[in-house]
Parts: sequence; C-alpha cells; structure tokens
Amino acid sequence: MLKGPSRLKNRRPSLLRRHSALAGLLTATLVMTTPAAVQAASLRGATNGTASFAANCGTKPVTLQGYFETGFPDAIDLAHLFTKQYPSVTWNIRQDAFAVITQDAPLVLSGPNPPDLMRLPTWSGLVKDHLLMNLDGYFNTFGWDKFPASDLASMRVAPSGAPSGSGPLWGMGLNYSMTGVFYNKALAAKIGMTSAPTTLAQLDALLAKAKAAGILPVEQFDSAGNGGLIFPLQYLMADYNIASQGSVSSINNWIFDQPNKDINTSANLEAVEHLDTWIKDGYFNSDANAVSYSTMMGRFEAGQGLFIFDGDWESGNLDSSYAGKYGFFLFPPLTAGGKQGAMSAPLTYGIAATAKHANCAAFFLNWVATNPAARLLNVKEGGSNPGGPPSLAIPGVKPGTVTAQTLEAGQVIAKDNGAMGFIANATGSIDAEGWTPAVESLFAGHETPVQVLKFVQNAYKQELSAP
Amino acid sequence: MVSAPSAVRSQDLPHTATAPRTLTKRGARGAGLHGWVFVLPALAAYTAFVLWPIVQAFRYSFYNWDGVAPAQWAGLGNFKTVFSNEQLLAVLGHAFELIVFFSGVPVLLGLAAATALRRFITGRLGAVARTVLFLPQVVPLVAAGIAWSWMLSTTGAVDEILGWVGLGSLERSWLGDFSTALPAVGVIGAWVLLGLCTVLLLAGMSKIDSALYEAAQLDGAGPFREFFSITLPELRQEIGVCVTVTVIAALSAFDIVYISTDGGPGTTTMVPGLEVYQLAFLNRQVGLAAALAVVLMVLVIVCVLPVQWFARKGGQE
Repeated sequence: MLKGPSRLKNRRPSLLRRHSALAGLLTATLVMTTPAAVQAASLRGATNGTASFAANCGTKPVTLQGYFETGFPDAIDLAHLFTKQYPSVTWNIRQDAFAVITQDAPLVLSGPNPPDLMRLPTWSGLVKDHLLMNLDGYFNTFGWDKFPASDLASMRVAPSGAPSGSGPLWGMGLNYSMTGVFYNKALAAKIGMTSAPTTLAQLDALLAKAKAAGILPVEQFDSAGNGGLIFPLQYLMADYNIASQGSVSSINNWIFDQPNKDINTSANLEAVEHLDTWIKDGYFNSDANAVSYSTMMGRFEAGQGLFIFDGDWESGNLDSSYAGKYGFFLFPPLTAGGKQGAMSAPLTYGIAATAKHANCAAFFLNWVATNPAARLLNVKEGGSNPGGPPSLAIPGVKPGTVTAQTLEAGQVIAKDNGAMGFIANATGSIDAEGWTPAVESLFAGHETPVQVLKFVQNAYKQELSAP
Repeated sequence: MVSAPSAVRSQDLPHTATAPRTLTKRGARGAGLHGWVFVLPALAAYTAFVLWPIVQAFRYSFYNWDGVAPAQWAGLGNFKTVFSNEQLLAVLGHAFELIVFFSGVPVLLGLAAATALRRFITGRLGAVARTVLFLPQVVPLVAAGIAWSWMLSTTGAVDEILGWVGLGSLERSWLGDFSTALPAVGVIGAWVLLGLCTVLLLAGMSKIDSALYEAAQLDGAGPFREFFSITLPELRQEIGVCVTVTVIAALSAFDIVYISTDGGPGTTTMVPGLEVYQLAFLNRQVGLAAALAVVLMVLVIVCVLPVQWFARKGGQE
C-alpha cells in the first residue's frame, strides 16, 4: 500500500534536491573550467616574437589593419602618404577615442583579427598577457639604436609587465609630444608680460598680477576622468625634484613601476603644497572640477584665461586657426638657469603579437621617423617632434609660431635630460582611480597635500599587487 | 496488492472511456508543443542575453582574471573585498542615496502631477502637459546627460536663472561641487523618470470608479481626503510598479553618471554600475567587477521583492 506513493515521491525530486543538484553542477563547472578566452590567449602568446624581421612591405599587395585614435588626423595622413610612396600598401583604419582604445586594447589584441598597427595607451598588462610583438628584432634591423634612447625608454617593459623603462621594446612613437604652458598674448600684454617667466617665482608673480587685474590666471580642465590639474602638479614635481636631487629620475622610476618606489616624497609634497596655494589663491577657474578638456580649449580659444597647462598637440591647431595670438613656454625652473622638466611622451603605436603584416607595420614606423616627407608632415600637422636619429634635422617651421616654440622646448628638455612620462600613465587605472579623484579632492579642499600623495600611492600599490 | 500497476488498470478500462482521454492528452500535448515553439525564440534570447551572462558573471566572480591571461581560482575572495573595501561600500551607499532622487521624487511628483492632470488640466492643455512630462523618457540618456551637464555648469541655465531671481550667491558648478554633485545627478534621474511615473499613475487613476469620488464628495470629502482615502489606496499596484522600476534605475544607474560626472568629483558620484565598468575595463579586475555585479543584482532583488509583495498584497485585499 505504501510502496506506490513512496516510489512516486522518489521519482519527483524535491525542490531542495533539484537546487542541490544544480548547485553541485555549478560548483563543479566553476572549479573545473576557467574563463574561456584564457587558453586561446595563452596559445597566442606562445607565438609572440616569432616573426621574421624583414625590412620592407614586400611587393605583393598588402592591406594594413590600423586602429588609430580619433582627433589625430596626422596619423591618417601619414598612412595615406605612405600609400602614395608604396602603392602596394593600402589601409583599413578603425578609429576610436583614447578612452575607448584603453578599454578595448586587451580584447582587440586578443581577438581573431588583431590590428597590425595600434595606438596603445599603457604597456604593462598587454606585455604580461603576450598580446604585443616584441620589436627588438626590428630595432636591430632598422638601426633604431641610432634613435635617442630616452625617446624609446617609456616603450621598454620587462616581459613580466613590470618594471618599465628597460627591457624589450614593444612600441614606437609616431611623434614625440612636449608639454608646457600656453599663453594668450593679448592678455599677457595687459599685465605687462613681455617674455616667458624664467623662475617659478616669476610665474607666481604673473599669476598674482593677472588675478589682481581681473584676468583669469589659469583656465584648466579637471573634470572626472580627466584630471587636468595633474599637468601643473607634475611640472611642479619636476621643479622640486630637480632642485633637491638634480633630476626627474625618481618621478620616472615611479612611472616605470620600479620596485619600492613611493610618490610620497618630500619634493613631491612641496609640489602638491605649491599647487594647493595656487588653488587657494583662486588662480584656476572655479569650475575646473566640472570642465572637460574640450571646454577648456574652447574657452581658451575664445580668449578666456591667461594660461593653460597643456601639450604641443595643440600647436598645429593654434598656429592654423589663431596665428600669432598664442605663445608657449616651458614651465620655469625653481631657480634661474636651472634645469627644466616636462612630460614628453611618444604617440605610442604597437604591433599585435599575431599581426598578419608585422614586418610592413614596423617598416611604416621606421618610415615615419626617417622619411623626409613624413617628418615634414608630422611637424606641420602634428606640431610635434618627429623623433628618429638626432642626425636628421627637424623640418623647418615658421619662426615665432607655437610649433617652433614647442620644438625648441624639446631641445631644451633633451639638453637638460628633463623628459618625463605622464604620472597618469604609470598604471592602467592610476589616473581614474588615483590621480583624478585626488587632485579633484585637493581642488575642492577635501584633501590635504599629504592625503593626496598617500591616496595615490595606495591606489598604485593596490593595482600593482592585484592578482 | 490493492494497488495494481497502472498499465494493467488502463487496459481494464472500457475503450469508450479511454479514447476521448487519449485525444485530450494528445491535444494538450500538441498545444503545449505549439506554446513552446512560440516561446522558444524569446526564451532563447532571454537565455543568451540575460540568464547566460548572469551565470557567467557568477562564475567569473570566483576567479581573479584580467580578461586575457589564465584565470586563478579566488574562492570568495572577491566577495570579501566587496564587503571590506571602504571605497566599494561607499559606492554602494551612493546607489541608495540615488533612490531618494530616482524613486522618491518621481513617484511623489508623479502623484501630484497625475492628480493635477486628472482634476484640473484637461483637454488639449492636458494632452500637451502629458506629452511634455513624458518627453524625457524618449530622449536618449546620453543626450539628457550632456544637456543637463551644460545646464548645470557655471555658464548654464540653472545658474543664470538663480542670478535673475536674486539668488546669485547659490551659483556654482553643480556637477563639479563635492556637496552638490550627487544630488545634481539625482535631479537628472528624477527628470528622466518623472514622466514615466506620471503616465503610469494617470493610467491607474483612469481605472478608479468615479462613483467612489462622487460618494466621497456627497459625504463632504475634500480633494485631500479623496486623494488619501481613494486615489492612493487604489493606486497601490501602479505605485508598486513605479517604485520597482525607479529603484532598479537608481541601483543600476550608469549612463547618466558616466556622461555627466564619470563618478567625480573625487568619487562622490561613483555608483556600482560605473564601478563595475571601471574595475572590468580599466583595472582589468574582471573577477572583482563580477562579484560587485552579483552583489548589486542581489541588492536589487532584495529591494524590489518587498515592494512587489506589498503591491500584490494590496491588489488581493
């Protein structure tokens, strides 16, 4: 009598039992399988650096896959010029904003059709995951040892992903940017500024003078995701580091993720404190924390703000659209005649580890740095130093232009050995998770200079120690 | 002994009795099959784009993975980080603060607007008012975020209006100020969701029997008494839907925050949705991002289920 019903009960698993079975299955799946893309990526990594290092594109038709950054038409024009000189090479170029490239780089490079040539943000994670072509073979083939070693240092990374600054070469620059201070000549004349300041004290005086004259001393962007106050902060760091240690090497070592490096040093603290006095003195636009880069440029071009802290990627634009209205100078040193420092970064491009046309892509990179027509285009349109061997002259530009001033500044920085990478590029997310919230908090008076450096160092350590 | 095998029993039954039953079973089976055929496309899409990603996120949350390199088993490590990291806890707190703006404001204002539209603003003006109120729902959130970030800037409409009415001392960069950024983001969300709530509540009000109002008026009830004694109880289910939709919007906010502040200034407007995105695509900590996403999903369910229960209970009473 009881058999029937009990059998029926056994045939119908209870809700609890079904859930247990599901949970067991899920746990087994979780334990036994790892995320899918992993094994494929590991296999791809094994092919890293196995290409033959031919020094040309061959004679057969080649279509190079490019992944470039939007807003830099000079890169596209260089590609077209290359096709003119080498008609067998055509391009299939995809463009995205820098932020999108930063997010997409690992997926795009590990995908089934990776670009031959790609604008790259940071290196360490990509190198660690074997997603990039080691360019040491091309370095020897093309004689890149004749290029200034300092130009290539930021693109050298240990195969494990850290530290940077030495080790194999993973990318090249299409050109080399220089940062400093742009100024509005009309507003400068109003406060009697006839020449660029030669000391930080002189710059302080100019800022105070502008403020007293009712002119906004500095228009700067600092909105979320774009901590623009990092520009003046790093200039100040360079000044205080050069004054105390004679060089900017400790800043670069931190950027290059050298072991046991701490951004929280007395020199850097002085720099943050100096920036803090500028903030408290009201030298910046009061809404900096909500101003984007494009808004800053729009306002500066409309005549608002005596200074902006920015890079020479704006030189071409200012020369062509506002000829004679703006000037550029390097951030002045602490003492007159002292060495100067500035962020000087290559417009970095790399080759995917599994690129179909790696040789041709590398040949293009070499061509950009050495071909006279390419160098001229790079300077005229990009407004930046084209790099390459120092024996090659920088194509002439009109004297007195912003471009001429930024190129001259590059020579000063080279002489002073004051080139720095960007502290915001030290790790993949140090800008978004460290510097930007920190300088925004400083600007709002929510954090002290000491807290700023501690916060950033903590974010830096956390990211570098993340499994 | 008493219970014979079922096969034997069915054989013993007269054919006249079994034939129609077999037909009915076949018919039911056929109808069930047809039903599954119709449901299948939607079920496949739901499985591929909702259920499978949830299972994947759950799976990833137990690993340390940068999205490319070999993943490492982390056990509950990522969940421990979510519940012990002060910054991540603060991010979850911001989501709950947004509920006030994304849910509280639209539901309360929606009730007021719907009541006003039903009682006082009728005819063509009412239709225009309904359209204007609902318009933010059809504006892409990205466009809304950009437009509001212009209006809330120091040169925007909000500060200009404050200046005109003599409140110039209040002018500020609303999205760049630590004390006003999160409420300002909340205002954008409230603006977007107000129209949806108003239209839902209006639809609910149209179902209320007008005899109830007439009876209340005969008993001498005023507009407020009518609202609290008739309108509000009768709208319990609609309010439940509004609260559910807006609470989910608050807890999973991304577009508006990403466009208007990107989590800043500092981390004052950082919300779980944006943090998940940053952890996964900037920090490349896919496991931690997945763990936070799973926690967020559970939080949404925990917040929404009581609301649903409350709304349904009202309907049954």
